[in-house]
Amino acid sequence: MMIEKDAKEMRAVYTEGLIALAEKDDRIVLCESDLMGANGTKNFLKTFPERTFDVGIAEANMIGVAAGLAACGKIPFANSFTPFATRRCLDQVTISCAYANLPVKIGGTDPGICAQLNGGTHMSLEDMALMRAIANMVVFEPTDAEQFRQAIPQIAYNDKPTYIRILRTQADKVYGPDYRFQLGKADVLRDGTDVVIFCSGIMVIRSLVAAEMLAEEGISAAVVNVHTLKPLDEETILTYAAKCRAVVTAENHSIVGALGGAVAEVLGEKCPTIMRRVGTKDRFGEVGKLDYLEKALGLTAGDVAAAAKSAVAAKQ
Amino acid sequence: MDKNEALMLREKADDIRALALKMFQKIGKGHVGGAMSISDLLSVLYFKRMNINPAEPKWADRDRLVLSKGHAGPALYATLALRGFFPEEECMTLNQPGTNLPSHCDMNKTIGIDMTAGSLAQGFSAAIGMALACRLDKRTNRIYTIIGDGESQEGQIWEAAMYAGSKKLANITAFCDNNGMQIDGLTNDINTIEPVADKWRAFNWNVLECDGHDVESIDAAIAKSYEETERPTMIVMKTIKGKGANFCEGTVASHSTNVTAELLEGALAALNRN
Repeated sequence: MMIEKDAKEMRAVYTEGLIALAEKDDRIVLCESDLMGANGTKNFLKTFPERTFDVGIAEANMIGVAAGLAACGKIPFANSFTPFATRRCLDQVTISCAYANLPVKIGGTDPGICAQLNGGTHMSLEDMALMRAIANMVVFEPTDAEQFRQAIPQIAYNDKPTYIRILRTQADKVYGPDYRFQLGKADVLRDGTDVVIFCSGIMVIRSLVAAEMLAEEGISAAVVNVHTLKPLDEETILTYAAKCRAVVTAENHSIVGALGGAVAEVLGEKCPTIMRRVGTKDRFGEVGKLDYLEKALGLTAGDVAAAAKSAVAAKQ
Repeated sequence: MDKNEALMLREKADDIRALALKMFQKIGKGHVGGAMSISDLLSVLYFKRMNINPAEPKWADRDRLVLSKGHAGPALYATLALRGFFPEEECMTLNQPGTNLPSHCDMNKTIGIDMTAGSLAQGFSAAIGMALACRLDKRTNRIYTIIGDGESQEGQIWEAAMYAGSKKLANITAFCDNNGMQIDGLTNDINTIEPVADKWRAFNWNVLECDGHDVESIDAAIAKSYEETERPTMIVMKTIKGKGANFCEGTVASHSTNVTAELLEGALAALNRN
């Protein structure tokens, strides 16, 4: 399978999307905590200096300031690396944003193993689980540039506190120009009958590769991109679980509490199905480049294919 | 301030205390200490200084108050009711099932509450965000916010203080309810915030001090804060925890305490509200 990289980095897509919105809507503002360079948002600062609030290295205050801006009618996008945008300021996100029902958009960059050389301290393998557990939050992980470009206005105007888990670099291209994104609606990327792979983020392309590997062995695998973890598209999940009767989840995250956990909860209550979860297994990350980390933490296309074969075998 | 106005504001402050104590008694207990210690301030803000309209509580150009020490909510609910935001009878629903008046402030439940607060220091950051938004929109309104002295032990207070000072947010008037007590004892014994005025000065704030139980002293400090154009203002108020609740005034235990019918009767008599 040919894998093509997006022309643009995801952080550039993000910043361009925010600038495009901000040109039409003066409620759009940016909050940062000394990571504008890393997050690629400096062009927003250049275009709208008066609407950019870099609070320095103080994530708790950034989230609180964003909540105050939202309480006065602004639509703030507040960014940091994934661990510092979520677990570092978890109570501020919970109370000042979600409990207060203020439409603060929290951008976490460098998800999971994509933190690479920043290593274990910067490698969030629990951020999606934390955000999902908070009542009232919308939780979304864009897959590629085309999808993210379409998602930004939907997120800006969904009137809800929302977590966006953003790759900084160029993503693997998954969607073409005919794609129509809908927040909360999972995308069936490949149909299949023997096993369904529910995936997100960088694991989408790996799952598509795994499906090809499985096809060569005569296994028909469906691939469904669950880009919105909350609200979860239960209907699509249940439809495919019932159809394939073997389920795999694949995520750049711990198998606890996020995609694997969410799918298991739905199936456990509504459609008990043989299931395997690909993700990190109760361990922290470590330093390294992506090609090392995906092997060390069990996040390769081969890992997805092996999990699918195991699920298919268990069904017999 | 003329004598009549001072008298009116003192009376309103004790009206706030009396109503809050009735609310606490109805549910049996509450955060009496920190509610009583800010009653004089709430009187000056809502009956003199704040530009608000009870008929239009979401008016965009209104002054706003963030009660970051959100556990003092009942004093603010009493104030809002007395100011006409909602009927006084509603006050008696405090903490009852399904109420719009929970212990800690909730902007989505209570008319007139500008920000949800209760997890300490978070309201203070939100007040900074509001001040930024209002300055961006070139509004001439003012953001008021009240923090506690115990609350000042939270790191987030100082993150926010540093940023507001750095950004010269002169449209904020903040108050520190410096009653010297927190749940586990005296603030000075547990983790002193002194020298508190010097700390705020070091964070580039305009610092004023006043007697938090003297409406004229409070009002003069607020008026002085309006003259500052370069820095946010922190007014450190010397207060007494539980002030005016005769059964617990000046005690650490007043933070959260039972209020029986008998205690209420005595307190109302002492406030001449029986």
